[in-house]
Amino acid sequence: MSREVAPFGGMVAQQTRGEFLKLWRSPIFSIFSLALPVIFYLFFGIQNAQTFEKGVNIGAYVLASLAAYGVANVMLFSFGIGVAVDRGRKVDVLMRATALRPVAIMIAKLLTGVAFALLALVVLFLFAVVVGGLRMEAGQWLTLTWRLLLGSIPFLALGFAIGYSVSPNAAPAVVNMIALPMYFASGLFVPLDQLPSFIRGLAPYLPAYHYGQFVWDAIGKPPEAPLWQSAAWLAGYTFVFAAIAVRAYRADESKKFS
Amino acid sequence: MSAVVELIEARKVYGQVEALRGVNIAIQPGEAVAMLGPNGAGKTTSISLMLGLRRPTSGQARLFGLDPTDARARSRCGVMLQESGVPELLKVREILEIFASYYPRPLPVATAIAMAGLEEKANARIDRLSGGQRQRLYYALAVVGDPEVLFLDEPTAGMDVEGRRTFLDGLRQSVKGGKTVVLTTHYLQEADEIAQRVIVIDRGQVVADAAPAEIKGRVAGKTVRFAASADERTFAGLPVQHVEIADGRVRLLTNEPEAVLRALFERGLAISDLEVTGADLEDAFVALTARPEATGVP
Repeated sequence: MSREVAPFGGMVAQQTRGEFLKLWRSPIFSIFSLALPVIFYLFFGIQNAQTFEKGVNIGAYVLASLAAYGVANVMLFSFGIGVAVDRGRKVDVLMRATALRPVAIMIAKLLTGVAFALLALVVLFLFAVVVGGLRMEAGQWLTLTWRLLLGSIPFLALGFAIGYSVSPNAAPAVVNMIALPMYFASGLFVPLDQLPSFIRGLAPYLPAYHYGQFVWDAIGKPPEAPLWQSAAWLAGYTFVFAAIAVRAYRADESKKFS
Repeated sequence: MSAVVELIEARKVYGQVEALRGVNIAIQPGEAVAMLGPNGAGKTTSISLMLGLRRPTSGQARLFGLDPTDARARSRCGVMLQESGVPELLKVREILEIFASYYPRPLPVATAIAMAGLEEKANARIDRLSGGQRQRLYYALAVVGDPEVLFLDEPTAGMDVEGRRTFLDGLRQSVKGGKTVVLTTHYLQEADEIAQRVIVIDRGQVVADAAPAEIKGRVAGKTVRFAASADERTFAGLPVQHVEIADGRVRLLTNEPEAVLRALFERGLAISDLEVTGADLEDAFVALTARPEATGVP
């Protein structure tokens, strides 16, 4: 019997290609997620590539911070702004009328997010090693990479929550208004001990701060509190953001497809 | 053979608004059907129910005898929607390759591009297309899966005369090739050119379901306006579909304005400020809906 529906794998592959090209061709996305971490590293990381302070390689510390910024940004931008733009253009309406399964769209977006996060990391890591002369053990690179990816899940959920809640015009502003102050107050741009004390008091309540604890630990800076606490915070934030995202998604669906 | 598309007693309510009031439509394989009606009549809602984009408040929608959201049913449909978009940053060829992957036996992408007359724009980014080219891209997206049935919601909106001509020629080829076509339109003429069957929808109801020629004969072609002191009885026995009298102004819908005016002059009616114009679609529908008992609603 001839097949009645298209193979799922082929759909996901083509859909992922489309999602990837869309992101790749958005200048705002490439600049913020790929170029800015490298530029920041050029200014703040390179001169410290071989500096050690209390046994911590400052170059590696800056790299981990900027990598966290880059990956969190990929998740917030691709899911937050990407989803909002698709909704605004009603791309979802036409695709929903085809045999494409909604779960294929979701998988394609996730694969694209991970692919872009890895791309941002490869670009930044190569720059740090080749231009900055940074050296770390192979195990450290690996630990840093998987923690960066796994720890970015709450930002992915936050991206979806924003993407399904706000209009396409508002999305970039909302994402930046949430993201930039959060990165700053969490110590990703400036080390926490150089920040005003009220921000230091605020930091332990922010997801990016706990994300930071994981990646800084990976390069040898001891965490300020046991890592399981940070894991719990990240899991809690993931749950809250995911709940908001699901609610917003359902509201959007019922408006358009009921 | 069983129906390709079916709406059975389909009702759709949005909040306070009843968009469809119990619609029955069955479309057989190979039929080319035009759904005609003024804005807000319920055409797009009907298509949305047929495609499973929206669920009927009550009643049923079936596609190839299946639930319209079933992937097996949707794999046999191509769709062109009014209110929808495609990712602006992709190129024409890319989005067609992506859409082709949704279908079990798609056409070669180049064939779909040629059918839509987009050869020169195959490698252009979608955000660089004109309105008419964009419309042709939507057509290419609808046919790339080589579907058995095409749903086209106002396909010629935004096309220029030349583009419209080419598009309708291509569509006629598809109909000849055995495709089932369901299209919505504002234009009776367009329906006449493509369809063997016209379903007229007004205020959420099917008011006529017949061959184009029969529908054309039933709608009023002209609007006649004038000032006169007249009442309903003045127009008794005249070939008018609709009469409106307000503040000494009369508005008639008719297919035979000359005969009507001749009769009125013979009856000695004093007429001033006379105006005869082609009836627009809204007026034509008044004629159809004013006498629903005569329209053959099942």
